[in-house]
Amino acid sequence: MSYLTPTTVPADPLNRHESAEIARARAELVREPYVANERSAAWVGDHIASVVENPAPLWWWIAVGVSAFVASFTALGILYLIITGVGVWGENKAANWAWDITNFVFWIGIGHAGTMIAAILYLTRQKWSSGINRAAEAMTIFAVSCAGIYPGVHVGRAWMAWYLAPIPNGNAIWPNFRSPLLWDVFAVSTYLSVSIMFWYVGLIPDAAAMRDRIKNKILKYFYAVICLGWRGSARQWANYEFCYLMLAGIATLLVISTCTVVSSDFSTSVIPGWHGTIFIPYFGVGAIYGGFCMLVILLVPIRQLYKLQDIVTLRHIDMCCRFTLLMGLFVTYIYGMEFFIAYYSGNPNECGHFYNRVYGPYWHTWQLMMLFNCVIPQLFWSKRIRRNPWAAFTVVLFPSIGMWLERFIIIVSSVTRDFLPSSWGMFYPTYVDVFTFIGTLGVFFLAYLIFIRFLPVIAIAEVRSVLPEADPHDPPIVEDTRPGAAHE
Amino acid sequence: MSENAALICPANSGRMPKKLYAVGAEFTGPKQLYAAAEKVRDKGFQWWDCYTPYYIHGLDKAMGLRKSFVGLFTLGGGLGALIGIFLLITITSVYVYPMDTQGKPYFSLPGFVPILDLVTILISALMSIVGMTTLNFLPRLHHPLWEWDLFNRATHDKFFIVIEANDPRFTTEKAIIDLLTEIGGANVTLIGEEEDEI
Repeated sequence: MSYLTPTTVPADPLNRHESAEIARARAELVREPYVANERSAAWVGDHIASVVENPAPLWWWIAVGVSAFVASFTALGILYLIITGVGVWGENKAANWAWDITNFVFWIGIGHAGTMIAAILYLTRQKWSSGINRAAEAMTIFAVSCAGIYPGVHVGRAWMAWYLAPIPNGNAIWPNFRSPLLWDVFAVSTYLSVSIMFWYVGLIPDAAAMRDRIKNKILKYFYAVICLGWRGSARQWANYEFCYLMLAGIATLLVISTCTVVSSDFSTSVIPGWHGTIFIPYFGVGAIYGGFCMLVILLVPIRQLYKLQDIVTLRHIDMCCRFTLLMGLFVTYIYGMEFFIAYYSGNPNECGHFYNRVYGPYWHTWQLMMLFNCVIPQLFWSKRIRRNPWAAFTVVLFPSIGMWLERFIIIVSSVTRDFLPSSWGMFYPTYVDVFTFIGTLGVFFLAYLIFIRFLPVIAIAEVRSVLPEADPHDPPIVEDTRPGAAHE
Repeated sequence: MSENAALICPANSGRMPKKLYAVGAEFTGPKQLYAAAEKVRDKGFQWWDCYTPYYIHGLDKAMGLRKSFVGLFTLGGGLGALIGIFLLITITSVYVYPMDTQGKPYFSLPGFVPILDLVTILISALMSIVGMTTLNFLPRLHHPLWEWDLFNRATHDKFFIVIEANDPRFTTEKAIIDLLTEIGGANVTLIGEEEDEI
């Protein structure tokens, strides 16, 4: 019988003459630790809290300044839009959905990976996800907020958007509950609300930890309020964990519901290229794809700048890259399957649409999309690239752009070539379109920077609970199964 | 702090708070806490609790706790929301404001499903949190334990067992102090309750 902790490579005292090959094989069998360098629970807390406790570094102020400047583009763009009208965008009669809905689907997609990591990986007991789930959930909330901007202002008379809510109003009008666009309103607002709840519940014990340690009076008051008076008693933890489990289950359903509803905006119509049941898995997979890319874009600089490499380990980056590769293969399959279904349907409009994707006026966008989404992520088959954070960062930039192009193709190449050839045309974005979209990147990064400044960017309590020391039965007893071991 | 100083009395100081809330002790790690919790459970105490910086798997069994009731709140919230939103949709789309869209029936259940689903999800998530905070007696503005300066580390790196004075098996302070010391507790402390000011 030998005692092995999962974090150490057994230097085998029983077999001195073990060959290097066997030693390497034994080393591979040992699971990589969730937190590197055998850090203690106290170290984890001190290190994550130091991000909030230390004065803001210079780069943070610069980044906030730049993001706030860029975010002002969206504010001004929307103000101009509401004052003037939707005509300031490049939409025309055939293409009455274009960049706005592209951006909406792009941002809502980024949100999905956050819930995927926090909820689905929690339910499947993937303990490594504890190191990145807070960062991913925050990404969800800010991405969904950016997404929510577009349908709100796209309605034209934005001050009447509240008519979408099922509440009694002066004209005795009730919304049409059978409309996919109303489903969309419910999906996005539910998604935002439940993401905030899930994130907030995860934050309660960490807010209590911050309350107990921070020196700044105002921040102490802030954490004391948001932690609701958490004491960390075992009875509280039991209810808390059950609540978290419930929320994880609910959020999993919600991810599927939301991407189904967002895809129903398209698939319930009869436009060629949209009218397909494949849209539901297509949107779900594409959303998670884009979200994992954005997560790598966020995590790689954060772990470097705040020296969190022991908590967000190379393994985490590796896992995100593997998910990216898997989702990339799924979308590649779906791109191919769309062509096959169009051919197999024998519908001339459907076939014409897919011919048009490859040879039509948007051929360049389609080719870029195929390159970015299907070809470049294949680099992740290489372990060296997956385990090199900045190489991974560079690779995921391409599918991030590629996913935006994908939504653009789905939306614009369909609406500019509908059933009536006389209404065919092209879509050209105006400067308002461009600036409003660039501005949402600023909104997203500004919100994220403020989040990492004031709240623990990594779930302290959850990372602590996956440490070997947190297991009351540690170290596990591992039977030595080598032949003859029992007689030694 | 000065008027509250009498609330916290280390076990060997010879002082006693005017009105006792509980006796607490500190433990160094999850293993020690787990073993100690099993012993306190076996003595038959009811009004006691362990305080840990993170969730320790299996500690609820070591304490003899029942399964959490939060799931009932989730179920109740979900069912209530499902019935409520079904009635809202049906009444408004069939009776109050029937709208003819492409000849589809006013009552078209498949078309209602997404919103039924989403509202059920929203309310059951909300009720899970309401359930958790209600069962945990949160939010709470103050608690006698927060007077204990050591207790700041209950969210950082220390583990505590606190046995409350209103437990039926709480005989004398001496017996509880001895018990906590015997099962490996350090810094055993009497924690007083603030008296209501009239």
